[in-house]
Amino acid sequence: MEADQIARACARIAHQILEANRGAHGLVLMGIPTRGVPLAHRLAQVMDELEGVRVPVGALDVTMYRDDLRRQPTRAVGHTDLPVDVEGSTVVLVDDVLYSGRTVRAALDALGDLGRPRAVRLAVLVDRGHRELPILADHVGSYVPTRTGEHVSVRLAELDGLDQVSIEPAGDPDLGEG
Amino acid sequence: MRHLLSAADLDRTEIGEILDLAEEMSLVQGRPVKKLPALRGRTVVNLFFEDSTRTRSSFEIAGKWLSADVINISAKGSSVSKGESLRDTVLTVAAMGVDALVIRHHASGAPWQASRWIDAHVLNAGDGTHEHPTQALLDAFTIRRHFRRSVPDLSGFEGKTVAIVGDITHSRVARSNVLLLKTLGAQVILVAPPTLLPAGIDTWPVLVCNDFDQVLPHADIVMMLRVQRERMAGGYFPTPREYTIGYGLTRPRLELMMPGAAICHPGPMNRGLEISADAADAANSLILDQVAAGVSVRMSVLYELLGGAE
Repeated sequence: MEADQIARACARIAHQILEANRGAHGLVLMGIPTRGVPLAHRLAQVMDELEGVRVPVGALDVTMYRDDLRRQPTRAVGHTDLPVDVEGSTVVLVDDVLYSGRTVRAALDALGDLGRPRAVRLAVLVDRGHRELPILADHVGSYVPTRTGEHVSVRLAELDGLDQVSIEPAGDPDLGEG
Repeated sequence: MRHLLSAADLDRTEIGEILDLAEEMSLVQGRPVKKLPALRGRTVVNLFFEDSTRTRSSFEIAGKWLSADVINISAKGSSVSKGESLRDTVLTVAAMGVDALVIRHHASGAPWQASRWIDAHVLNAGDGTHEHPTQALLDAFTIRRHFRRSVPDLSGFEGKTVAIVGDITHSRVARSNVLLLKTLGAQVILVAPPTLLPAGIDTWPVLVCNDFDQVLPHADIVMMLRVQRERMAGGYFPTPREYTIGYGLTRPRLELMMPGAAICHPGPMNRGLEISADAADAANSLILDQVAAGVSVRMSVLYELLGGAE
């Protein structure tokens, strides 16, 4: 995916979220660090242009809720930022790549400790398949068929200087994926 | 990081990571569910051979908020009072399969010794007159927040002056703070009567002054130390009254502080001796912030030590 496709996917996801929610009322966008956070801000930007409302955007770090915490050296913890009380609101989790589903499971647990939202939705830029848990995204930018060994690399201008989604062969474990 | 025995074990990057993570941990205090699952299934034992309120309870809260199982053992009411040696006590506790041992002991070096006997992580929660690294970290956390109004990283310490005032000889808090603040680039001035300065002070990376009033107008942080009467056989100063006149943070001395300067004290305070009630309760006193920081910083340290794979 190139920059224009990513922009269109974000616009479509933002439309879909507003349509499903019948407007922006009660919405909170929670990005999962690292790349879910700028994506959530982009969705909010589109919603602002469409409906003229500022949907609150937050960040939900899931590091301490991961089920593989014990399998590797101590992981750096990201930032959690709660813009409003999630109690009673509709939280849309935003991430770049949906893969095993384990990050989303961790995010649901993390969210549960912050309050009880009325509903939780999931929006991802890329769904690459290979789920290991019964998790399905509500809003997907693009379905990208992949092999297990491959790596889906998402670059966003805010962090990486350009917008791009590419599939790389195995062996670059530094880049984030979910 | 395997153990936390001395503030000197930490480089600038590690201190930055611990303080940043402590900022994240501090958010847990304001949540409806004060619990993170990071240390589920881990066991932390607080082994305290000396009295403590805030250190022991904040380590306990920190461990529990991270979902570890926390057990407290104090010398009173344990086999230590029956004459068991440090080594036997430590080996016994370790044999039960604990993951971390938080040790406070009246002998300098006891946690270091323990770390050589067992496989579990060892955290120094204060050893004799040697060190108290988590206190220095929580002081740095509190001071950084105070400075942060302008600068958002560790560079806030550069060019700042911290005066540590009082019983330097017996203070593990002073030793750990000198080491940590030095790593962070702050200037440390120790203020004490000559009788309360340890031998070999000239080798420390600090300035030393016997005149509190001369130092006060130059200090960004005034860190008052407790007069540790339990460690004093007497003869360090003529009378408590004279100590207060020379080295207490009295109401008239508050006037000498520079604008924006803040007051710290590791507690417990001897009000009226090293610190007046006016100073302890002043608007620029960070003393209660230090207590709150204790939990966040200890959560951060426990996570750094126990959060990943062994």
